[in-house]
Amino acid sequence: MDPGVDAVVHAAALTRHFGRCRAVDRVTFSLFPGGCLAVFGPNGAGKTTLLRMLAGLLQPSEGSAQVGGVTLPGGASARATVGLISHHSMLYPALTARENVEFAAKLQGLPQPRQAAAHTLAALRVDSWADVPVRALSRGLQQRVSIARALVHGPKVVLLDEPFTGLDAVGSAALGDTLAELKNAAVGLILVTHHLQEGLAVATHVAVMRSGRFVRYESREAIEGDAYAEGYLELAAAAQ
Amino acid sequence: MSAAGTTIPGTFGAALLIARKDLAVELRSRAAFLSAVVFALLAAAIFYFAWDPTAVPSIDLAPGVLWVIFTFSSLLGLNRSFAAEHADRALDGLLLAPVSREAIFLGKALSNFVFVVGVQLVAVPAVAILYNVPLDRAAWGIVGIGMLAAVGLVAVGTLFSAMAVNTRLAELLLPMLSLPFFVPIVMAAAQASARILNGRPYTDFAGWVRLLVAFDLVFVTACTLAYPYTIER
Repeated sequence: MDPGVDAVVHAAALTRHFGRCRAVDRVTFSLFPGGCLAVFGPNGAGKTTLLRMLAGLLQPSEGSAQVGGVTLPGGASARATVGLISHHSMLYPALTARENVEFAAKLQGLPQPRQAAAHTLAALRVDSWADVPVRALSRGLQQRVSIARALVHGPKVVLLDEPFTGLDAVGSAALGDTLAELKNAAVGLILVTHHLQEGLAVATHVAVMRSGRFVRYESREAIEGDAYAEGYLELAAAAQ
Repeated sequence: MSAAGTTIPGTFGAALLIARKDLAVELRSRAAFLSAVVFALLAAAIFYFAWDPTAVPSIDLAPGVLWVIFTFSSLLGLNRSFAAEHADRALDGLLLAPVSREAIFLGKALSNFVFVVGVQLVAVPAVAILYNVPLDRAAWGIVGIGMLAAVGLVAVGTLFSAMAVNTRLAELLLPMLSLPFFVPIVMAAAQASARILNGRPYTDFAGWVRLLVAFDLVFVTACTLAYPYTIER
């Protein structure tokens, strides 16, 4: 990585408690433009809490983070730099796919929200369903519309929480292409997933989270896929 | 997927966007509005059959009936206000947008205001017909009092709807939290309405109008400022 390029995400000892439970415990890492950090870990490891803190939806109990050059909590300016894709669709079922994405574009203040929505829906290969109410779409199509909603404003950082869940082959391919495009456009990606192969396919860095901590953190080039998968499965089984 | 030339909407611009979205969602489903209107009509009919016209003149009973109906039918809409955002965590989508938290509250309150006024437009003529209340001279006065009361109702109700939605007993909690705060509004609105229907001069109910205006100013301001603290941090 080029040391002259500032990190798009920098977390320093980021911690979040819920009562006595430390959901995220002193997590430190940097992500550079065009980088993708894949975070693996068993259920309850703190992955979603980490993403919600970086998205500005939760305040850290301790530590600090910078996202898109803005120190959290950075208010509106920080939120404009982030796109969050979650396993919740964050869509309104009564509205059409186009209306949902256009509404997000308007809230982001895009000058041509309708065109931006159409362009993003086409990129996710869901434009044929643009005028169908979301409630009438399959789970996979809803997920693609949800991804379009998160990307419509061209965020500097995209946070993805199990984005491949519910996607069929076409949806997975569209998402894979979109992630590759985002990396080429110097967008920073943080991908939380249980699916090792999908994560390893796009990652530049990988981390394993357990009990709120990064127990492994290394460059993608430094690991060998099969051995890593074996080690991860042992670690996940030990955590159960 | 371009962020070039963005102009993030201001508080009132964002509030209008959110209110329009809420009204579009309600227009598509009509679930809450139809429920509230049917409730209002049924309640008016039940009060009518329980009423003994030889004991209480209709002109004395109608204002109380009207405001009881408004209060409870409004709660049906207020309950749905944040519940619609809760299902697929659409509220997270709003919270991730670069708009102020106050804009989210004001947008929700504005759509709730339109909802409550819509219910009033059906309920007032229904009560007037059932109780044979002449509205010709009093119509504008009742509309004015209805608007003032609706502002206070939606300000308090929207805030408590946001607080209650994250609990398992949201539908029970909202009335329990809201109704004590609705008492001054219902009292002032019912008293002012009764005097308007009896053809009394403005000076006879000016105090009640002032109470409504004061309640609106205080609670719209307080609830708007308090809303950001109801969001999980």
